[in-house]
Amino acid sequence: MRYALLMHYREPAEGEISPEVIAEAQEAFGAYGRALESAGVLLSADVLALTPATTTVTCREGGLRVQDGPFAETKEALAGVFMIDVPDLDAAIGWAEKCPGAQWGVIEVRPVATAFVDGGWTS
Amino acid sequence: MDELTSAARAADIAARDSYGRLLALLAASTGDLTAAEDALADAFERALRTWPSQGVPRNPDAWLLTVGRNRLRDQWKSAHVQRTVSVEADPVHVDDLDLDAIPDRRLELMLVCAHPAIDHAVRTPLMLNTVLGFTAEQIGRAFSMPASTMATRLVRAKKRIKTTRIPFRIPDRADLDPRMTAILEAVYGAYVIDRATNSEALHLAEVLATVAPTDPEAHGLAALVQLSAARAPARIDGNGCFVPLADHDPARWNRQLIDRAHEHLRAAHAQRRLGRFQLEAAIQAVHCARREGPTDWPTLLTLHRLLHKIAPSLGSGVALAAVTAEVDGPAAGLAALDVLLAEAGEPAHRFQPAGATRAHLLDRLDRRAEAMAAYEDAIALTHDDAERQYLQKRAAAL
Repeated sequence: MRYALLMHYREPAEGEISPEVIAEAQEAFGAYGRALESAGVLLSADVLALTPATTTVTCREGGLRVQDGPFAETKEALAGVFMIDVPDLDAAIGWAEKCPGAQWGVIEVRPVATAFVDGGWTS
Repeated sequence: MDELTSAARAADIAARDSYGRLLALLAASTGDLTAAEDALADAFERALRTWPSQGVPRNPDAWLLTVGRNRLRDQWKSAHVQRTVSVEADPVHVDDLDLDAIPDRRLELMLVCAHPAIDHAVRTPLMLNTVLGFTAEQIGRAFSMPASTMATRLVRAKKRIKTTRIPFRIPDRADLDPRMTAILEAVYGAYVIDRATNSEALHLAEVLATVAPTDPEAHGLAALVQLSAARAPARIDGNGCFVPLADHDPARWNRQLIDRAHEHLRAAHAQRRLGRFQLEAAIQAVHCARREGPTDWPTLLTLHRLLHKIAPSLGSGVALAAVTAEVDGPAAGLAALDVLLAEAGEPAHRFQPAGATRAHLLDRLDRRAEAMAAYEDAIALTHDDAERQYLQKRAAAL
């Protein structure tokens, strides 16, 4: 079953985090990515740019509305998405626990309801 | 317990055992508890229709399981192929199925009910509903909650188990300990909601000890619930008045339950790993030993000290103070209680056992004015009618 591990954490201000700490985090994410890959469960892993780079698009009120900024302004923002394919929730929680982002933020574990695979939505 | 109620109770236990075992087996493959419940309900309904005319099958559980499985396959097919195919159970071959050869998957079911992804508050109701087959209405009554609210919570939890795919599987050794603790807490939750009769908790604890025979705390919890339930008949006198433990007539205790509890304590002891529930059960066992002679207060004090050390709570602290009073005198008990209350702060002043114990100790020290005020506070916090009347009687006697 496919699960999304959604990393949420407070976005640091510029210069708030020292280069040493950034290097450590990159090291940890590198090891995490390799672990997911070698376990054969990784579908994709994306760490997102900071929220000021976000553009929000909607046609909900009729015409196209393009807006600067994220959908919801919150203290903690969506920071990255890991898509994995594992047998059950226990396995997904196990991977979420190992995610470096869990050390300073929260990981939302969400099962995928349907995915577009080989030209169609899975049932 | 007379012959009839004993037989009725045995029949009820057998029916609930079958229900939990069958539901666990039907749900384990798909993780869909609701579908499994529907299939099992269909099987029971078909049994009621056919058994009276065709006779009860040699192995009723195997018959029910086969019909339930067919029904599940039926549902599955109709969902996928969009047509309904009725698959009747074949009564000829069903008897060959040996249910005892099929693994008991109730531990997996209990693990699912107490999974970390399931809200704490719904774990105990979910167990009572799926493992023992109690209805939302019965569980709602036990939790003082409208049946519809309880039903909504149960439905939501089952949907969550299915959509997030919580596995029906026993986790690795490293993960098993915290998961067993969660199960024990959920079963203990059934005991706490109704200490007076405990019929649900009695059965749930017995099931847990059956499916986790090497877990000493499972046996400890079963013993605890049984020893407490064994004294229930002596807790209320002929006039419906509350009787404190010290004044119980041991002849009114349920001997069978006490004997069964001691079997569990021996099984727990054989595992040589002490825990909170075993200690609580040991304390109850010492109280129950009053059948044979005077209460062994020094042993109780040792046990209460250990319990308060490994699982400190307001309750364990108040109990320790009460036992200290029996061994070292009411002044020592009151001093211990007041230290505890000062440390615990505000919540302690709304804790009924603390108020009742304090009133009782002041009463014994003949500090009448303070005792009167303490009784009044305790009475205001008491929800149990019989116990409130007892406290009012004590206050009036001052």
